[in-house]
Amino acid sequence: MAQAATRAHPTPATYWGVAAFLAAVTALEVSVPYISALDPVKVPLLLVLGAVKFIAVVSFFMHLRYDKKLYRNLFLFGAIGVFPLFIVVLLSMHALT
Amino acid sequence: MWVFLGSECMFFGSMIATFLLYRNEIADGPGADIFNIPFTSASSFVLLMSSLTMVLAHHAFGKGDARGTRIWLAATALLGITFLAGQIFEFTEFVHEGLTLSTSSFGSAFYMLTGFHGGHVALGVVMLLAMLFLSTEGRLRDDGGLNVELVGLYWHFVDIVWIVIFTVVYLLQI
Amino acid sequence: MVLDTGKDLVADTPKGIWSWVTTVDHKRIGLMYGTTALVAFFIAGLEALLIRLQLTNANGTILSADAYNQLFTMHGLTMLLVVVMPVGAAFMNYFIPLHIGARDVAFPRANAFSFWLFLFATVMLLSSFVLGGAPDGGWFGYAPLSTQLEEFVRMDFYSIGAQLLGVASIMASANFIATVFTMRAPGMTLMRIPVFTWMAVVVSFLLIFSLPIFGVGLFQMFFDRNFGANFFGGGGDPLLWQHLFWLFGHPEVYVLVLPAMGIVSEVFPVFSRKPLFGYPFVVFSGIAIGFMGFGVWAHHMYTAGLGPVAEAGFGIATMLIAVPTGVKIFNWIGTMWGGKIRFEVPMLFAIGFVSLFVIGGLSGVLHSVVPSDYQQHDSYFVVAHFHYVLFGGGVFGFVAGAYYWYPKWTGRMLDKRLGLWHFWLMIVGFNLTFAPMHILGLNGMARRTYRYPEGLGWEFWNQVATVGSFLIGISFVIFAWNLIKSRKHGRVAGDDPWDARTLEWSISSPPPVHNFDEIPVVAHVDDWWHRKYATNDDGRAVRMADVTGGSAGGTVTGGQDGGHVADIHMPSPSYYPIVAAFGIMTTGYGLVYLPGGWVAVGAGLLVALWGFFGWSLEPVTRDGDHD
Repeated sequence: MAQAATRAHPTPATYWGVAAFLAAVTALEVSVPYISALDPVKVPLLLVLGAVKFIAVVSFFMHLRYDKKLYRNLFLFGAIGVFPLFIVVLLSMHALT
Repeated sequence: MWVFLGSECMFFGSMIATFLLYRNEIADGPGADIFNIPFTSASSFVLLMSSLTMVLAHHAFGKGDARGTRIWLAATALLGITFLAGQIFEFTEFVHEGLTLSTSSFGSAFYMLTGFHGGHVALGVVMLLAMLFLSTEGRLRDDGGLNVELVGLYWHFVDIVWIVIFTVVYLLQI
Repeated sequence: MVLDTGKDLVADTPKGIWSWVTTVDHKRIGLMYGTTALVAFFIAGLEALLIRLQLTNANGTILSADAYNQLFTMHGLTMLLVVVMPVGAAFMNYFIPLHIGARDVAFPRANAFSFWLFLFATVMLLSSFVLGGAPDGGWFGYAPLSTQLEEFVRMDFYSIGAQLLGVASIMASANFIATVFTMRAPGMTLMRIPVFTWMAVVVSFLLIFSLPIFGVGLFQMFFDRNFGANFFGGGGDPLLWQHLFWLFGHPEVYVLVLPAMGIVSEVFPVFSRKPLFGYPFVVFSGIAIGFMGFGVWAHHMYTAGLGPVAEAGFGIATMLIAVPTGVKIFNWIGTMWGGKIRFEVPMLFAIGFVSLFVIGGLSGVLHSVVPSDYQQHDSYFVVAHFHYVLFGGGVFGFVAGAYYWYPKWTGRMLDKRLGLWHFWLMIVGFNLTFAPMHILGLNGMARRTYRYPEGLGWEFWNQVATVGSFLIGISFVIFAWNLIKSRKHGRVAGDDPWDARTLEWSISSPPPVHNFDEIPVVAHVDDWWHRKYATNDDGRAVRMADVTGGSAGGTVTGGQDGGHVADIHMPSPSYYPIVAAFGIMTTGYGLVYLPGGWVAVGAGLLVALWGFFGWSLEPVTRDGDHD
């Protein structure tokens, strides 16, 4: 079971704030494909924005920052480890060029 | 639950990789041009906000506020159902426009990824409704299988998977 | 349960079939896994003997090509997923709680569910033989062969059966991780737990991250076969299957062998009367093998056209993974070195493990060299390699564990003479069977084909191999006889017949339902040994007076008089796990037999949902149901 927090719990105000932040980032994201001037940096920009949302939800809503280190590490191994594995697969299948 | 979510990362990771592999294998069928970005953005926003209602439900539960817990649980379930409705609508549109599981590798990969995600959302809704029911009977505990914290983690996870899917499948379109 | 002085704790163990069906006791679940796996071992062994008979002579006529394909597929599938993994699960189930001083695993009902799902999935897989034919595309199920034969449902049994087995394993793995990380006895730090339990942790971690990838592949195969999807054909790439499969398949082989390595890490110290040499090294090399195991999968795919960069990278990674394995070998040898060795049967099998595994490891290193593997791939050289590591390694290790721990399970010793017959027949038979395959492989004999022509000079060694395989068979009949006979007629064992080192030997044989009367407070690695023996000034072990296990001094509540023990709440039995598992199996059959099977899918899901809801709503320990 997830253990109790070791730091102070966030308040509802924090949560609303994070939600507003997420809404704003989403609006940004959605507009990127429509702005042709951004085309050269479209891919990294969208990946970064997506990552920002991902990290925000995981850290605050899932309060990963407040949970036992072991669980964080197990989850992170999966969340991060998935990238090198599949990048190798996709590269070897010539799918990323 | 964290352990299970770590393994789910691999599960969805494999499907996302498969999609990336086949993103241009559209055979004679439609490709990414079939996507309706504004509509899907609205769906994504709905799911994102459901994470907010979920964490508010958890907070209320921790405070012993049974009524608040129920309100926010119901809100989360409602938003989840709205998302699913949006997905179903989207899929029926795509099928009419000629994209099915068997049209092409792109179709197979797309439906598998979003289908399994939708299935996970549906399962989450079932658990939310079950907790809502338990709460009305005063039987919602904070330990054991159906507890707010665990379901909350699961729900947020389903949301972050969607963040990745939305970015990679709909927005990137490379 | 309030235990009074003098009450016979073992007699409190519930009896009757219903008690087994609803059990959530990790020890019983472990025994059920083990028994199922043993039966499956004989089935898969029979399949192997048929294969050997077919291949004894050129142009063999004992089996048709179709029958051969089913048999070699099922031999592999059964041995890997229904025998070796569940035997590992059996040992892990039984001993993880005992090793860490706990009363059960973290989630006892989930534990039961994993077993029942495993059993039902096995029944489903084996039933395919009489339902139109068993899977016949090889245990590795390469597309497009596996996705194209749609008029038979055989590979659907494969994709659904393996999927269900995988779900059972993932749940069990999460259970074990939670148990080891949250339920250790006081003082039992992670670097004090037995090596066997450490290996169980690494294995669990390997499974939770590798099985989902295989799961995705299996779903994709199922969709290609049944819904016209295009994952591996029609614009899709068959190579995707290979990547997904081996991303699981390679960590899987470490899953198969690490528990056996854990077992021999327990056996060597006991029978050398010396602590394990370099405990931290053995643990860390196990962890290293776990991590690196994820980085070498494509060494199964060197001939698939990956390109020189990928091939070189995987080749180097594969060579490197031999290093931590080598570290363990040196540690085991170091344990024996200078020890007072007792050549009891478990020790013989453990020594057999080390020597055979080293041979298999050497042929493995030969495979890691890419140009060399171009010749060896798909030849009998590979068959030789993996049988040396999986059988010579895994099975020998598990048999060592069986002889070592049988007294703990049953309270009786296995017969030593029969054990010696078993050992010698097995090791001679094993080498006669598989050593010649190195030669056959280098002489060009291809694997996975049902016959070979005359005139290539392969007959002689094939005949030798067949003789060897029957010797193995006989040795296992002797083993089975020993297992059965010794239950009633074996020498009574007592708590600690081997004068061993770890906590399970501090309680009765078999243990009471609640394991420990009082949870021990742990101060050392091999804590039980340190309670029995102090070291005198010369550094020699001196037996301490009159130490009894279980409620010996140094427990949590201290030495109360006469063993009076407070309430112990054990989790209550439950029928929901088996109900849920049965529902899932029904769903599985329905999926195999689509489109008519949708009814079964629906019914099965309803039953499963009933099981899951009942399970999550019932209390862990019912009032008035204290053991």
